[in-house]
Amino acid sequence: MKASVGAEAIATKGWLGAHKYLLLRRVSQLGILALFLIGPLFGVWVLKGNLSSSVLLDTVPMTDPFMLMQSIAAGHIPEITAVLGALIVAVFYFMVGGRFFCSWVCPVNVITDLAHWLRRKLKVRASTKLSRKTRFWVLAMSLVLPVVLGTMAWELINPVSLFHRGVIFGMGLGWIVLVGIFLFDLLLVEHGWCGHVCPLGAFYNLVGRYSPIKVSAYQREKCDKCMDCFTVCTEPHVLKMPLFGENKGYSPMIESADCTNCARCIDVCSQDVFKITTRLPIKAEVKQ
Amino acid sequence: MTADKTHTPRKTTRRQFITEASRGVCGTGLLGLGLAGYSKQSQSLAAQCLRPPGALTEEDFLAACVRCGLCVEACPYDTLKLGKIFEPVTTGTPYFDANVIPCEMCEDIPCQTACPTGAISPELESINDAKMGLAVLIDRETCLNTQGLRCDICHRVCPLIDEAITLEIERNSRTGHHAMFIPTVHSDKCTGCGKCEHACPLEEAAIKVLPREIAKGELGHHYRWGWIEKDKAGGSLIDEVLDLPDRLPGTK
Ligand code: SF4
Ligand code: SF4
Ligand code: SF4
Ligand code: SF4
Repeated sequence: MKASVGAEAIATKGWLGAHKYLLLRRVSQLGILALFLIGPLFGVWVLKGNLSSSVLLDTVPMTDPFMLMQSIAAGHIPEITAVLGALIVAVFYFMVGGRFFCSWVCPVNVITDLAHWLRRKLKVRASTKLSRKTRFWVLAMSLVLPVVLGTMAWELINPVSLFHRGVIFGMGLGWIVLVGIFLFDLLLVEHGWCGHVCPLGAFYNLVGRYSPIKVSAYQREKCDKCMDCFTVCTEPHVLKMPLFGENKGYSPMIESADCTNCARCIDVCSQDVFKITTRLPIKAEVKQ
Repeated sequence: MTADKTHTPRKTTRRQFITEASRGVCGTGLLGLGLAGYSKQSQSLAAQCLRPPGALTEEDFLAACVRCGLCVEACPYDTLKLGKIFEPVTTGTPYFDANVIPCEMCEDIPCQTACPTGAISPELESINDAKMGLAVLIDRETCLNTQGLRCDICHRVCPLIDEAITLEIERNSRTGHHAMFIPTVHSDKCTGCGKCEHACPLEEAAIKVLPREIAKGELGHHYRWGWIEKDKAGGSLIDEVLDLPDRLPGTK
């Protein structure tokens, strides 16, 4: 694994250009957190609640659909506000690509990105192999347990809601879970949490399966096989066919729902192979 | 820069695939079992933790609440808190400790209005009908009134004074000729707001608000109170006791 990636990209596009989407993502992740925090801290209420359920400007309800599904599985029939909120959130993530949540909103992503960055710097090679399908099993488990137990068992430890809630309402010993994830990613499984285990990632994978916004290797013929995109990508397998599968008839569009639309591949590519596209116009381009 | 081995598209053999997949499935199974155990354990609410007014019964509440904290942010008195992991209240759910900050019983119940899921039930119409817990005069050995003094603080701070708490007169057997005014809580009226516990001047409050499941006894389901049944039936349910002739002294 390469300790430093994107050297060519930095040389051609400058440091800012080679980190554009990464910086935007951090602004988005921390900005959303900040919008939740300025309420309790300074009394400026843009967003109330937390990622599990919130209210935007005292009017728009938003509810984590995965959370609500667990609640329904546990036997509760929610009030209309929560249902409406879950619909709004689901439609939004469907439009922007489901795992947009993972890379642009989820606070845990900052931790796992840090772990991966450190992994590269420290040249940690050992990685236990775990199936990337595991997360779907965890997703299934987190929806079956409430049916059996009548309570949202996954939410006792769910690091995503725990982290976000903790920042706003007090973390307590919650950092133990977060350190656990960090170490798991750093020492045990590369991209372990977000790429293999997290059921919320799996859930948004399903939500965004047919999303209109995708990243495309639209200039794949220019690829010089530096493999920098594979190094930074949390789901490197999604790049393989769009980049190298032309002779097998694969479209340059990254169609796998595992892709988080983080656009980091666009950042690190010195050849400008990638860009963000929508599904429909790319067909028009192919036809030309 | 050379292409790195770990990132060149790698062929997974069938055996590898099966190992990786089964590791995932088994791991998930273990995690699930652990969670089931932990959730059973964490389902009992600690005695000092009370739910917001209108909250569903504990079991339903845990199924309904999405741990969003909207109720917490809506509470103008900072009464409500969200439970943290490993605390004796289910992770992320709202509670309050009456001894720290009691519920001020807002007329418009903002915590209820804020709740998107109905975990705090919209069916509670008046805050005076809330049943957050039940006050119990838990220590009759230190309560000042039980020693014949007139502290009366819990009685005076109660928002439902003389309904939820009354002072019942008992004879003071220590002095032999004074009265004691015993704070007495009535479970049909007490909302469990916790103002009494909060106000109790003792080092450790003698009156405490507990979750109702802990505070209330429950009659055996086949038990009946005879006098109530008698009222209902409009007369005695058993045959009249045989009326023997009264023999008063001096009569024959
Ligand atoms: S393919 Fe690109 S956009 Fe998708 S997850 Fe990988 S780096 Fe991010
Ligand atoms: S009724 Fe008022 S004081 Fe009591 S918990 Fe709700 S918002 Fe807070
Ligand atoms: S507002 Fe309702 S769903 Fe949200 S934390 Fe409070 S009780 Fe739970
Ligand atoms: S908790 Fe105490 S103060 Fe509140 S209603 Fe009950 S008796 Fe009154």
